[in-house]
Amino acid sequence: MNNLILGRYLPGNSFIHQMSPQSKLLLTFYFVAIIFLANNVITYAILSVLIIAAILLSGISVSFFIKGIRPMIWLIIFTVILQILFSAGGKVLWHWGPFTITQLGLVNGGFVFVRFLLIIMISTVLTLTTSPLAIADGVQTILKPLKKVKFPVDTLALMLSIALRFVPTLMDEMTTIMNAQRSRGVDFGSGSLKQRIKTAVPLLIPLFTGAINHAEELSTAMEARGFTDSEHRSKYRVYHWQVKDTLTWVVFLLVGGLIFFVRK
Amino acid sequence: MANIITVDHLSFEYNEKTPVFKDLSMAVKAGEWLAVIGQNGSGKSTLAKLIDGLLEFDTGTITVGGLILNYENLAAIRDQIGIVFQNPDNQFVGATVEEDVAFGLENRQVPREQMVKLVEKNLKLVNMWNFKDRIPASLSGGQKQRVAIAGILAVEPQIIILDEATSMLDPLGRQDIIQLIRQLKAERNLTVISITHDINEAALADRVLLLNQGEVVEETTPAQIFEETDKLTHYGLDTPFVVQLAQRLRDQNIPIPKQYMDEKELIQWLQTYNSTK
Repeated sequence: MNNLILGRYLPGNSFIHQMSPQSKLLLTFYFVAIIFLANNVITYAILSVLIIAAILLSGISVSFFIKGIRPMIWLIIFTVILQILFSAGGKVLWHWGPFTITQLGLVNGGFVFVRFLLIIMISTVLTLTTSPLAIADGVQTILKPLKKVKFPVDTLALMLSIALRFVPTLMDEMTTIMNAQRSRGVDFGSGSLKQRIKTAVPLLIPLFTGAINHAEELSTAMEARGFTDSEHRSKYRVYHWQVKDTLTWVVFLLVGGLIFFVRK
Repeated sequence: MANIITVDHLSFEYNEKTPVFKDLSMAVKAGEWLAVIGQNGSGKSTLAKLIDGLLEFDTGTITVGGLILNYENLAAIRDQIGIVFQNPDNQFVGATVEEDVAFGLENRQVPREQMVKLVEKNLKLVNMWNFKDRIPASLSGGQKQRVAIAGILAVEPQIIILDEATSMLDPLGRQDIIQLIRQLKAERNLTVISITHDINEAALADRVLLLNQGEVVEETTPAQIFEETDKLTHYGLDTPFVVQLAQRLRDQNIPIPKQYMDEKELIQWLQTYNSTK
C-alpha cells in the first residue's frame, strides 16, 4: 500500500493546499479536458509548463510525483509501444510484417506519453494537497445545484464523510480478525483460487457483522446527540472561495484559450 | 431537591418473550450523582436509552425536567440529556476531533461563529485542543471518550448519562475521565447518572440504585450498600477494594467496625487503632 501515491494526502500549507477543494476538483476536470484538445508540440509544452508550476507551488518534493507514476508505468509503456508500432503516416523508418515505425507514429507515441504524464500529475497534485474529507466537501459543493431536482446532496455528503471516517477503523478491525483467524489455523493467501476464496469467508462474515454493529451503535449515538435529518443542520467545516482560486482560474482559462488558438 | 427524572410504572420488552422492565419506578434528583449498578442483562443500558427516548416503551410515563417524554417533547428532552456510550469508536461521528465536537451543535443549527467558539472552549476543557485536527484512528480510547464528553458538554445538557463510558478504558484513562466528570459536575451543577460495573466508580456516587432483572432491588447510599457484602455477591457484583481489605483484616482479628469506610477513613481508623493498642 505504501507504493501507492495516487490517493494519498500529504498535509501542508502551500498555495495549492490553501485553495478551496471545489475549485481544485473542477480545475482538475477542466485540465484533463484541455489535455485532449492539445495536438501539437507547442500546446503540450504550454500544458507541461503549467503542470510544473503547479508542482512547484504545491511545495511537495518532486520525488513523490515520480513515485506516483510508478504503478502506472507498464500501462504507459504498453500504450506508447502500441501507438508507435501501429500508427501509419509520415516517413517509414522501419518495417517488419504488420509492424511499422513511422515518423508520425513516434511523434504520436511521444504525445500519448506526455498526455498520460500530465493526467497523472494533475490528479496527484489534487490528491496530495487535498484531504479525502476536503474532497468529499468539494463534491458536495459542486453537486449543490442538484438539490433543485430533489437529489439528497447533504445525505450523500454525510454518508461519504462517515464512510471515510470508518475506513481506518475497519482496516484495523480487518487486521485483528485476520490475526485472530490465523491464530485459529486459517491460512490466508495460499492454495488454489477456490481455496483462497473459501478462506475469505471467515474474514468477511465477522467484518460484515461488525460493520452492522458499528452502524447500529453509531446511529443510536447520532440520534442521542440530536441528529434528525441531514438537511436541517448548520455546517462547521466550510471552504470559502478565495482570491487564490480566482487567480488560478484566470490562469487556467487563459491557458485554455491559448491552447484553443495554437492547436492545429 | 426536586426530581429531574421520574420513571413511573414503566414496562418495556424487546420481544414478547422476555420483558426487560415490568412496572419499574425510580427517580433522579436534580444535581445528584446516581450510580446504577447490576449484572449484565439487568436492564441498566436499556434504562438509559428509554430515558433519552431512543427506545419506545410500552406503558408507563417518563418525565425529564418537567417534560413528559413523548414525540412532541423528544427534541427538547434530548437537549437536556447527554449520553456517553461504552464504545468510543462507535460514537465518534465526526471525521476529526473538532468536527465531532461540533456535531451536536450542527444538529441544533447553531451559527458557525458561535460553533467555533464553543468547540474551542469545550476541547480546552477536556484538554484535547491540541488534537483538534486528528482523526479518530490516531487517538487512544481515553482520548476518544474525552472528545465524546466535549461534544456532549458543547450543547450544555443538564443531565449526563455515562453508559459504561469507562468500561473499555485502562485504569489510568478511567480515573482521568471520572475526575473530569466530577469537576464538571461541581462547576455546572450537573446531574450525573453513571451506569457501571465498576464498583469503585459507584462508590463516588451520592446514591446507588441496584438493578436486578429489571427490578430495583435496593436504592440507598454507597456506604450502606457496601456494608451488605452478601447481597452484592448474591447479585453477582464485586465489593470495593477497601471493603475487601477491611474483611481480610477482620479475619486477622483486627476489630474493624462493620460500617463502611472509604480509603481515608480506614487509614485513619487503623492509625488510631495502632496508637491505642
